[in-house]
Amino acid sequence: MALSEMSRLDARREQAKQHWQERLSADLYITIGVGTCGYAAGAAQSLDAIRAELEKRNLQATIKEVGCVGMCSYEPMVELQAKGRPRLNYGMATASVIPEIFAAYFEDAPLVTGVIVGQVQDTATCLAAGTLHSLTFVDPERGEVIPFQHKQHRVVLSNCGLIDPECLDDYLALDGYTALSVVLSDMTPEAVIDEITASGLRGRGGAGFPAGVKWRYARATQNWPKYVICNADEGDPGAFMDRSALEGDPHSLIEGVIIAGYAIGAQHGYLSCRAEYPLAIRRLGIALAQARELGLLGANILGTDFDFDITIKEGAGAFVCGEETALMASIEGERGQPRPRAPYPAVAGLWNQPSNVNNVKSYAYVPRIIRLGADCFKSLGTSSSPGIAVFALTGMVNRPGLIEVPMGITLREIVYDLGGGVPDGRKFKAVQTGGPLGGCLPEEYLDTPVDFDSLRAADAVMGSGGMVVIDETTCIVQFAKYFAQFVCDESCGKCPPCRIGSTRMRELLERITIGQGKLEDLDEIRRLATGMRQASLCALGQLAPDPVLSTLRHFEDEYRAHIVEHRCPAGQCRELLSYTIDPDKCVGCTMCARSCPVNAVAGERRQVHVIDQAVCIKCGTCYTVCKFDAVVVR
Amino acid sequence: MSVNLTINGMQVSAPEESTILEAAEAAGVIIPTLCHHPDLTDVGACRMCVVSVEGARGLQTACTTPAVEGMVVETESTEAREARTFVLEMLLTDHPNDCMTCEADGDCELQRWVYEYDVAFPDHQGIRHDTPIGADPSPVILVDMNKCILCGLCVRACSEVQVHDIWNFSQRGFTTIVVAGANQTLQEAGCLSCGTCVAYCPVGALFDRPSQGWGRAIHQKKVRTTCNYCGVGCQFDLNVNIHTGKITRVTATPEAPVNGMALCVKGRYGYDFIHSEARLTTPLIRDASVVEGRFPGFREATWDEAVALVAESLVHWRDTCGPESVGYFSSAKCTNEENYLMQKISRAVSKTNNVDHCARLCHSSTVAGLATALGSGAMTNSIADATEEAKLYFVAGSNTTEQHPVIGRKMLKMIREKGTKLIVADPRRIELCDAAVLHLQQRPGTDVALFNGIMYEILANGWEDRAYIDARTENFDVFREMVMMFPPERAAEITGVPADKIREAARLLAENKPAAVFWAMGITQHTTGTMNVMTLANLQMLLGNIGVPGGGVNPLRGQNNVQGACDVGALSNVYPGYQRVTDPTHKAKFEEAWGVEGLSDKVGLTIVEMINAAHTGDLKALYVMAENPMTSDPDLNHVREALERLDFLVVQDIFMTETAKFADVILPGACFAEKDGTFTNTERRIQRIRKAVDPPGVARPDWEILCDVATAMGYPMAYPSPAAIQDEIAAVTPIYGGVRYWRLDAGESLQWPVTDDAHPGTPILHVGTFTRGKGLFTANDHVEPQECPTVEYPFTMTTGRVLYHWHGGAQTRRSQPLMALSPEPLVELHPDDASRLGIAEGDKIRVTSRRGDFIARAWLTDRVALGLIFGTFHFPEGNVNWATGAFLDPQAKIPEYKVSAVRVEKVEG
Repeated sequence: MALSEMSRLDARREQAKQHWQERLSADLYITIGVGTCGYAAGAAQSLDAIRAELEKRNLQATIKEVGCVGMCSYEPMVELQAKGRPRLNYGMATASVIPEIFAAYFEDAPLVTGVIVGQVQDTATCLAAGTLHSLTFVDPERGEVIPFQHKQHRVVLSNCGLIDPECLDDYLALDGYTALSVVLSDMTPEAVIDEITASGLRGRGGAGFPAGVKWRYARATQNWPKYVICNADEGDPGAFMDRSALEGDPHSLIEGVIIAGYAIGAQHGYLSCRAEYPLAIRRLGIALAQARELGLLGANILGTDFDFDITIKEGAGAFVCGEETALMASIEGERGQPRPRAPYPAVAGLWNQPSNVNNVKSYAYVPRIIRLGADCFKSLGTSSSPGIAVFALTGMVNRPGLIEVPMGITLREIVYDLGGGVPDGRKFKAVQTGGPLGGCLPEEYLDTPVDFDSLRAADAVMGSGGMVVIDETTCIVQFAKYFAQFVCDESCGKCPPCRIGSTRMRELLERITIGQGKLEDLDEIRRLATGMRQASLCALGQLAPDPVLSTLRHFEDEYRAHIVEHRCPAGQCRELLSYTIDPDKCVGCTMCARSCPVNAVAGERRQVHVIDQAVCIKCGTCYTVCKFDAVVVR
Repeated sequence: MSVNLTINGMQVSAPEESTILEAAEAAGVIIPTLCHHPDLTDVGACRMCVVSVEGARGLQTACTTPAVEGMVVETESTEAREARTFVLEMLLTDHPNDCMTCEADGDCELQRWVYEYDVAFPDHQGIRHDTPIGADPSPVILVDMNKCILCGLCVRACSEVQVHDIWNFSQRGFTTIVVAGANQTLQEAGCLSCGTCVAYCPVGALFDRPSQGWGRAIHQKKVRTTCNYCGVGCQFDLNVNIHTGKITRVTATPEAPVNGMALCVKGRYGYDFIHSEARLTTPLIRDASVVEGRFPGFREATWDEAVALVAESLVHWRDTCGPESVGYFSSAKCTNEENYLMQKISRAVSKTNNVDHCARLCHSSTVAGLATALGSGAMTNSIADATEEAKLYFVAGSNTTEQHPVIGRKMLKMIREKGTKLIVADPRRIELCDAAVLHLQQRPGTDVALFNGIMYEILANGWEDRAYIDARTENFDVFREMVMMFPPERAAEITGVPADKIREAARLLAENKPAAVFWAMGITQHTTGTMNVMTLANLQMLLGNIGVPGGGVNPLRGQNNVQGACDVGALSNVYPGYQRVTDPTHKAKFEEAWGVEGLSDKVGLTIVEMINAAHTGDLKALYVMAENPMTSDPDLNHVREALERLDFLVVQDIFMTETAKFADVILPGACFAEKDGTFTNTERRIQRIRKAVDPPGVARPDWEILCDVATAMGYPMAYPSPAAIQDEIAAVTPIYGGVRYWRLDAGESLQWPVTDDAHPGTPILHVGTFTRGKGLFTANDHVEPQECPTVEYPFTMTTGRVLYHWHGGAQTRRSQPLMALSPEPLVELHPDDASRLGIAEGDKIRVTSRRGDFIARAWLTDRVALGLIFGTFHFPEGNVNWATGAFLDPQAKIPEYKVSAVRVEKVEG
């Protein structure tokens, strides 16, 4: 029985591989990135334009809609492959650019607005025991992998941008569900846990707890039913790793969750995804239906006696629901508030039953670890943080995007080699890792290796993978206030230290940014931070002060400038600025006076103008409109 | 099993599954808490109970962390104290600094810990909560969310104790606030005004509005007593202001054996009748010449004058027209001691068994039915075991959540937490139906057919408990023959309940054992009341559910002391302890005990029979103590005529009741808060009431008045205290043989039978053997109710009470909060019937029977079935008893309140 089900899957996969090959050798094969990022940049319109262009040129093509390859600044991205021509990926391919791209591809016409991202090299990289397909972009002229991808090692993102996330056969063609077959036919649950433990996989949600250890606890609890829960409630501002993985390759996650269910002895899984990710939820729903249809979910999976199914739970998008106990409360239909541990979820979690909670990426690594082997995974990264990790690199960098890099890579490599450094020649100021509960690291920390322990040693954290670069134009107090405000907005309100402490913290920072701060406030900030860390119920409250503290640690001078000199070195704190007119430069053009929304500028034509400081609201309009650089900001 | 751990260097042993907090408390170590209460789920929110645990990362909340073997805990570590101080500081930054005027001053957990941790009120310019104080219009709950510390105790109390989920959190972060429903007013959200949330609030965010301004905790004396409303027997503390001597508040106590912290709206807020301006303050004697003042038609009298007149009249009618011309209405509202004295006067002094009380009108059929079937007529099980141990509740004719709210909510709690199943048999879709797996909506008056139909199905499937039946019962075959005449189809035809539902009920009862059966007036107040009760006894014997925890036949008694009044002999057929007056040995025993001769060996007249005798002129003089037949008896026109025809009527009460208006002499009694005594609750538990305040004017405790009347009648009666009366009760009443004040005051909780001073009481009756030996199966056939709808009277009227009022309403109508919550009588009418009759919500309607009519407002609701209306007897106007009939159950003499044929019409204007 089991054998026949397994072989049925193998047959389906062989067929899928054949289709995959046929497609690659089609007359014309086009892919377009349709993640949320692609849609936001106009991919739907580009797709219409492609169809129109094909009609115009009387061409037949296979069009595949694929996930995001992580190069945010190039969206929408379109890939063309015609028989006998190179496979090229074009960026910034909005609808109006599509004809230009076709002309460039087919007639070698010059590209004006679109860009060539690279020549696509498919793809099969042999890794230890297995094969992993992924996209590689090569600079067509220099023949080298483009800088953005140079140091990447795409494992969990390998399928993203390569396959159609709504097509199960695409996933199967690239060896999808082979790990599940192996697990169910050749491995005991304990062997699976041993393999995951051996790989050294640490939870990619941010805490970095060894996944194998967690699974072993959940397996050991003798109480049924048990639950496997995937935390897809990605809530960090500037983080979109999980979303891209869900949108671009939902089956990897599902395969990982099924394997986890088998390992701990669960029969049901929950994917808790925020409702703000409608596309991810839709694609997960499609993927679950496909898996169910193929007998990969439900009763007697692949003919074995293992039963497992998965439910999607749409959350209302609370950051705190990334905390596992709050996540479970939310799944139960309760208010998304954390609960004290112990008991830990492995003992009493969802509905008081043993539960295992991991992040999207943690589960998505599982089938790869099974396929490639624990040793292969462990061979990447550092000894204490094995493997690779995904980061969303954003902020003041030339090439923002989604990157997957081996642990141990330095911040400098990420910011400069992959991200292309800070734009417009401005000065790098800091990089914030670990999202709104992380910490910022200034220039002198750029050579810190990126792994769980090194970042923690530097008083920053890995988090779930957000990485925000700021430059000299960012006021560090405003930056800290932003995170304080974020915690105020996202605190669930259950415990006083977080609920009230975060508000008091924001109020202090607010006072400093408007020039009403006192030096004692810096001590008060530290005191609030200590109290919140000691007394808060969950990690949100305990870690909430960290971004503020780290800015204070590395940039205390900038705080003092605000307090003592009433000066914002970055020129961002409006209340601390003063706009004056340099009499030597003012020609009396009246432009500033006419533009001022509050009539704060006085002066006759051809005479030097003066700004009434009592009236000025510091909106900066005069500064913007002056053609003679006569308005001075201090 | 226990675990050993170290707390603050001490070796501590705690039961397994204890939390650190519990282990510490047991060892005498105090850990501060704000959001913890032992009754409720712990959530670890307030962060005050954080402690240091060796080896643990960060501080742990003692309230949620399990104590484990070898754990080393430090509760007063620097970190823990710092964290607590920080929490208190943070709370104060969002708390008004108004302890000077706060009602909770001195009774506030935040204040307590701020004081103990020496936290200064912070000086800061940040935001605070700023919501209007008391904006919620609830007449009983004063809401000041500026003082809320978001501990969530109110949310959990409402959910876990009341199972009502009115409060919840809204918003997030700093703006988090507790709101009612979907941010509605409490009443809009469906609040039942029980005030449980107030009881659990550790600060001044929720307070009892009626107590606002009446005095703070430090000025209160707490007097532990027993509630005077229903038969659940809740205990609480009357708070008496030591300066004004007034009762200011009712507070719950976790020590209450029946209810713990739970109370209902009447118990918590219905106390202000005690200090009502309308209280009787002096004896009154009828005097037609008085036309002004508080009580026209009456003049004030001295006690000596009034007592002499009463005694003289009672003696006169006894001596001239014979003992049977005198009658006594005793009272389920009075204490055991007072009821004992009244029946003693009736029997020993007036030489008549014409003594009865309103148990006749509520559960006489229960007493008769269960005495026949089992040998004793009381609730067999305890509230705790029947609600907690049962796998299924079968609730028939009891609107438990309104009439016995604390039991009703307890059922809902067990249904929610333990998955206990519930079957409701009731003509109305009462609140319990929402939690029921099955609602059998029978036509009123068809209970026997319904239960027989269920038992047919049980027998047809062989689901009966054969071994139990063989070992413990008799007369099974006769019973079986009768039941086999009720196949579900026939039962369905009679009752209107679909046959499938009858089968489903049988299956549920068979699959969920033990099941506890509960009933109240819906079963008893029928001409078939006794048969209804015996049928339920049959059902439970058939399933082997009597004499076991979680099972039993459990009549829920109505009045606070209706059980006790019966127990001590305020019934026309029995002496105290259900010793029959017709039995010569009992007669001899009491003649000796009371030092008299010639006790009557004839069963006396019951309440309705005495009214009838007054009507025919056979009864000349009537002594009514704290009863109000002019509201609570059926067919009030008939009652009025009877009272008018009496030659002498004395009414002893606390208010000028509808009955007192007919009196020749009125004696002002004391209410439950003004005297000592005992009440016996529905589960046979004897509990103390204690004097908290003085009676108004020259009003006196009823037992003292009775002693004076007896003495004046020539039978000297003097007791130093109610305790002495109880000693006499114990001496003559075997089931009360060990009931002593010294035991009750030492904290013992006794359920009769308590045969001697060493007997611990009896939580469950009929364990192993029935009181009568073998349980008696009875054959009960269906009999149609006395009145069926006709063309002229097309509706069936059924009657009962609402949550907010009590009985004839003498007390609750004089309670401002209760009147604010429920100001007038409403008649439940099905919307389809209403639209056919052109009646809109709130319209005044006239309900007319063959005997009389009344007017009330219509409440259109599908709680009632088509053709059925429901009304109450709480208000003199709009009282259903103008229309009910005095059709009596032949055995128990209980009137058929539950079925009357009436017509309904809209009244213009």
